[in-house]
Amino acid sequence: MVPLTYYVALSAVLFSIGALGVLIRRNPLVIFMSIELMLNAGNLAMVAFTRTYNVLEGQIFVFFVMTVAAAEVAVGLALIVAIFRSRHSIDIDLMNSLKG
Amino acid sequence: MPLTQAGNAGLFFLAPWVVFFPVIGLLINIAFGHRMSEKAIGTVAAAASGLTFVVSVLLAAALRINPEAVCWTVGEWIHSGNLQLDWTFRVDTLSVTMMLVVSLVGTLIHIYAIGYMHEDVRFKSDPRRFRRFFVFMNLFIAMMMILVTGDSYLMLFVGWEGVGLCSFLLIGFWHEMDTLGRPSWANSDAAKKAMIANRIGDFGFLIAAFLMFWGFGSLQFDAVFHRAISISAINSPLIVLITLFLLLGVTGKSAQIPLYVWLPDAMAGPTPVSALIHAATMVTAGVYLVARSAPLYEAAPAAQLVVATVGALTALFAATIAVGQFDIKKVLAYSTISQLGFMVAGVGMGAFAAGMFHLVTHAFFKALLFLSAGSIILGLERGHHRLGHGHEGGGSKEPELFDPNDMRNMGGMRKTMPMTFWVYVVGALALGGIFPFAGFWSKDEILADAFREGYALVYWLLTAAAFLTAFYMGRQIWMVFFGQARHAAAEKAEESPRVITIPLVALAVLAALGGALNLPGLDTMTTWLEHTITSVHPGEFMPSVAMISTGLALLGILLSWLLYGRRPMQAGEVDPLRRLLGPIFVGMQRKWFVDEAYRALILDRYVDLARFTANVIDDRFWHDWFHEKVLAGTYNFLTRMALNRYADQRGIDAFFNQLGQWTKDASNRLRGVQNGFVRSYALVVLVGVVAMLGYLLFK
Repeated sequence: MVPLTYYVALSAVLFSIGALGVLIRRNPLVIFMSIELMLNAGNLAMVAFTRTYNVLEGQIFVFFVMTVAAAEVAVGLALIVAIFRSRHSIDIDLMNSLKG
Repeated sequence: MPLTQAGNAGLFFLAPWVVFFPVIGLLINIAFGHRMSEKAIGTVAAAASGLTFVVSVLLAAALRINPEAVCWTVGEWIHSGNLQLDWTFRVDTLSVTMMLVVSLVGTLIHIYAIGYMHEDVRFKSDPRRFRRFFVFMNLFIAMMMILVTGDSYLMLFVGWEGVGLCSFLLIGFWHEMDTLGRPSWANSDAAKKAMIANRIGDFGFLIAAFLMFWGFGSLQFDAVFHRAISISAINSPLIVLITLFLLLGVTGKSAQIPLYVWLPDAMAGPTPVSALIHAATMVTAGVYLVARSAPLYEAAPAAQLVVATVGALTALFAATIAVGQFDIKKVLAYSTISQLGFMVAGVGMGAFAAGMFHLVTHAFFKALLFLSAGSIILGLERGHHRLGHGHEGGGSKEPELFDPNDMRNMGGMRKTMPMTFWVYVVGALALGGIFPFAGFWSKDEILADAFREGYALVYWLLTAAAFLTAFYMGRQIWMVFFGQARHAAAEKAEESPRVITIPLVALAVLAALGGALNLPGLDTMTTWLEHTITSVHPGEFMPSVAMISTGLALLGILLSWLLYGRRPMQAGEVDPLRRLLGPIFVGMQRKWFVDEAYRALILDRYVDLARFTANVIDDRFWHDWFHEKVLAGTYNFLTRMALNRYADQRGIDAFFNQLGQWTKDASNRLRGVQNGFVRSYALVVLVGVVAMLGYLLFK
């Protein structure tokens, strides 16, 4: 059986890649994908711990995370479409009108 | 009477109804009176009073079987620390005696007032005030009942104040005119005078009540008396103080020297009011108070002497003034003061039964006299109306001022108002103390007690007053009913309707036979009161005293006949006594200038003091000096010193401007953080999370 450490390490790597993607990419679609990556890294860690300690709550919680992520993507994509309609671009760095 | 076996203690639950019935009556008249006829309003009010009388009779019957005092509690009132007071009605022989008198006389006067006020409101042209009169009258009966049935000094005080209020309201019943109906504040001033004089007395009552609570820890009658007796020392300073302060209350309510001055002015009220409140019932509240406080007064012989002397002095003093009055109601008013003096002297000497007996008979004959005087006044008004000088008197000429109260306008009225004449004579004989009318027995009992108890001064003062009483009543009878009419109105006067004369006849019977209540030898009333005031004992009849007083009374009547009856006064003629006594008569007529003296000595000084406080203390000291000079001056000085442009602009303003500048600079620098790039915010979040996790991991 694969040890728990491997799962957690993989989860940490995935999370870091996701975080990096959010920080450096300018395309919101890619940013969304990176956010999904971070969420699923969290899911992976949760499932791994759940299985190791033989409890059920984590498994159930993962389903909730996935559901909420799907809903969030739906809202996010709708926002992106709306932004594209008004600006004819979805470059994230152009959206800085809240600058102080 | 449906009282065979029922007359036992079970009837005492009726006690509160002596208050409830008149209250129900007045509520009906307040709520529905505007839609009811005058007859209905008067009937409701009289019925309420009559039911009170029925209850009183039932209570008296119950007491005959079981003469011990019964206290009936209706509800809690004040429970606070040591002070435990309830709404408790006390039914004993003393309170029932008062209840019977008040409700009987009250009912007769209510009936009389239906007829009297019917005409009075029309002569004064405001018929809508008819209802108000009966509301006040019922309120008075209710308050008087609280006064006489209360089981504590404080409940008595509630009634005491309540009847004072009713007195004020009814004296000022025609508050926007004077007694002649001219627009003026005279009646209103009379009402205020009564209120203020009573207030001085109430102050005494209250101080006495406070002392009682301080000294005895209670205001409930039995508890107070019990503790007072346990202080065995005779004339203990506390009890003397309490009784003297109570006496101040008595002089206010019962119109004794020095506070009697309000009662003559109170005649501004309608005549039924004068009869009920200012002759028969309310003014006797002080006598009742002394009789009720008998155990206190017996423990303080010094106070008793003071009370008796005040009463006797008042009796004589007021009688001398009554001799010189021309207003028919003023004569009776001073006579009332004088007779109240008799009662106060009686209860003051410890002759409580005699004082209460005189209270009862006086209620009968003085109510009778006042009501008859009211009948005469109405008769004159009717006569005057028929002359055409009334309110509809045409033409531009000012209507002649006519005073229907002035005896100089009367004369010969025994022919025009025969019924009133006969009842008036009965009342006058009773008041004059002629055998066998009621006043003879009660007055004689007071005189006999004074003689026996060794109050020589009191005895002679009262005897002199009795002589003057017979004289001024004789004078009044000759002036009003005999001789020739001195004014056309008196010639045209008409007898009053039966609603007025029937109560008069009823009262005349009571005034004639009232003496039977306490005949010497039988002593019905004394033994009746003995259950409540344990110290009263039947006294013996003293023929010598009776002979002297009757002789003097007859002499007074003879003298009045010589002066006023033998050769009747003509219109415009000077009073024969004026020629005989000269300046003394002027003194009597002008009430010995007591009102003027009070004005000069007290009122004007009071006004001076008020002026002083207003002008000097308030205006010159407080406003001009303290506020203007001290406060405003200091403030202005400080302003000039501190708030010039250097301190203000360079100090205070600069400080706050600098603060603002700093805030502005700081925020300008902070603006850079808010660059609008989502990714940089995400980086901040990441760094923050890493920092927090790092701290948690490696702390």
